[in-house]
Amino acid sequence: MQAFTRLDGLVVPLDRANIDTDMIIPKQFLKSIKRSGFGPNLFDQLRYLDEGQPDQDCKHRPLNPDFILNQQRYQGAQILLAQGNFGCGSSREHAPWALLDYGIRCVIAPSFADIFYNNCFKNGILPVVLKDKMVNQLFVEVQQYLGYRLTVDLQAGLIKSTTGNEIKFFIDAFYRHCLLNGLDDISLTLEHEDAIKLFEHRHRQRCPWLFDD
Amino acid sequence: MAGKTLYDKLWQSHLVKQRNDGSCLIYIDRHLLHEVTSPQAFSGLRLAGRKPWRTQANLATPDHNVPTTSYERSAGVDGIIDPVSRLQVITLDENCDAFGITEFKMHDQRQGIVHVIGPEQGITLPGMSVVCGDSHTATHGALGALAHGIGTSEVEHVLATQCLIQKKSANMLIQVDGKLGQGVAPKDVVLAIISAIGTAGGTGYAIEFSGQVFTDMSMEGRMTVCNMAIEAGARVGMVAVDQTTIDYVKQRPYAPVGNQWEQALAYWSDLHSDTDAEFDHVVIINGADIEPQVTWGTSPEMVLPVTAKIPNPAMEKDAAKRNGMQRALDYMGLKSDQPITDIRLDRVFIGSCTNSRIEDLRAAAQIVAGRHIAKTLKQALVVPGSGLVKVQAEAEGLDQIFINAGMEWREPGCSMCLAMNADKLGLGEHCASTSNRNFEGRQGFGGRTHLVSPAMAAAAAISGHFVDVRSL
Repeated sequence: MQAFTRLDGLVVPLDRANIDTDMIIPKQFLKSIKRSGFGPNLFDQLRYLDEGQPDQDCKHRPLNPDFILNQQRYQGAQILLAQGNFGCGSSREHAPWALLDYGIRCVIAPSFADIFYNNCFKNGILPVVLKDKMVNQLFVEVQQYLGYRLTVDLQAGLIKSTTGNEIKFFIDAFYRHCLLNGLDDISLTLEHEDAIKLFEHRHRQRCPWLFDD
Repeated sequence: MAGKTLYDKLWQSHLVKQRNDGSCLIYIDRHLLHEVTSPQAFSGLRLAGRKPWRTQANLATPDHNVPTTSYERSAGVDGIIDPVSRLQVITLDENCDAFGITEFKMHDQRQGIVHVIGPEQGITLPGMSVVCGDSHTATHGALGALAHGIGTSEVEHVLATQCLIQKKSANMLIQVDGKLGQGVAPKDVVLAIISAIGTAGGTGYAIEFSGQVFTDMSMEGRMTVCNMAIEAGARVGMVAVDQTTIDYVKQRPYAPVGNQWEQALAYWSDLHSDTDAEFDHVVIINGADIEPQVTWGTSPEMVLPVTAKIPNPAMEKDAAKRNGMQRALDYMGLKSDQPITDIRLDRVFIGSCTNSRIEDLRAAAQIVAGRHIAKTLKQALVVPGSGLVKVQAEAEGLDQIFINAGMEWREPGCSMCLAMNADKLGLGEHCASTSNRNFEGRQGFGGRTHLVSPAMAAAAAISGHFVDVRSL
């Protein structure tokens, strides 16, 4: 996993609550057995006017000119500004894979769905929760200023805007540690191999019917 | 000191370690796998040269994109017409064979939707911790189990370590008192709950469902409710163990027997919240107030009783909500103040991990018996949740009732719930669906989904538009 320390990136605003993971990556693309290549199909139904198919070359598909990601000023954005309950619905990790493949490294919203939030950290994406009021202010600013950028510093837990705003944010210590160092959490868990084995031994004595091996 | 909630007890009995930074390792008793969210996890395992920690804890079945026509199914995996779907099913078979994981393959009578076959086989049991790379895993919480939906990286993590990294959720109690009215189903109960707390109301919580309505509810009904906990934002939904649970679990193929059954019974008798347990949030609903529900928008919280009219966004004070409502109405092709019963349907889908069990099929068949679906309907699909549900339904003659009514009787799978196979809605089509999500495009590009109970879906199929099932 790619580490996340500090990101200075262009911001794209998606002003809509309850963005579900079906919307982030529609089901027909879930048939892939790979982790990469989902970027061209990120927000497929919103982004294109036709129905997308797996393994299709998206370069010649009709774009929806009204969709925010298609606007010239937001090309190359790495920070997605969103509304509440972002990533609700299906547990598909294809959603963060698609965001990452497109180039998004940070999502800022007033709230996230639990499974999506977890999935982000496994893929080097930083999901930042800010208060409603703060998010709405960022929406106003990003529309006001062409080329609006934010600097997201995970080490300091601080976001700085082009306009000089400084916003603090909080991330759980474990997630922060993994993200800052790009750590594989399986290796971290296996450091506790003895504790797992001991638990398993006791659990087997207490609930033998759970173990047919 | 206050007593413990059911969630506290389940959490405590699976806690391996709390690390210094507050993150916890939770031991996983049962890991269910399917073809869509597992291939990348198996690749990761191979790349790192790792093996499953405890092979026997895993069970797999293909469900999300298996075809449901008997024509396509009869030729086995090779008969899957869509090459991308076929490769995914073959990949699951190969991974399970390579790692020695038990799989109910596509031709196995025990194959079906992963959340139907778990409880059906006794593969998921009370007091277990259960995970699956699918957000509807909370279904198994109906057994008094701790069941989480997880992502693919977590699938790999559980395969490799038998543990899940988790932070403990807060406790929410949703108590539904009294008795349900005639014609009101568990699906209506859960839709009414989502209507009350909102689609993010349960975020960060583990929900326990209780009250007289749940005491009276069958196990399959409890599964329907727990299944949709995630639609209220909660990763975990549960019901305490009682005699209904025990009667359901007894003599399931993978349930304990003999001395171990007695041991398990003693252990399970504590799987309820203590009377003095404290919850962080309590919601109380009167069961008698719940009417048959229909979703009108593109989020499960956009739901109303069948007797209601489509809401008017102009009446909503909150600007963001107003815009959301208007966008949903535009997508759904509906007008404010239109009666729900005026919504005309193109297709009907009875199935999914929410409503494809035998009681669901019986409820639908009871409405359909002796009637015929509306001529205006393009299709009415009935998709049993497992091969064994199908066998049971056929033994009871339900298949003939559906077929005589002009409905299609299919092979088990997720089917039109998420339209990964050939079963899908066309552009602009309205569907009365017993599934769990009415998101834009969920059931097909430009498709319009209305979530309802099996009886309401059956009644809509007969009439061609929504009707109050209580009036039939």
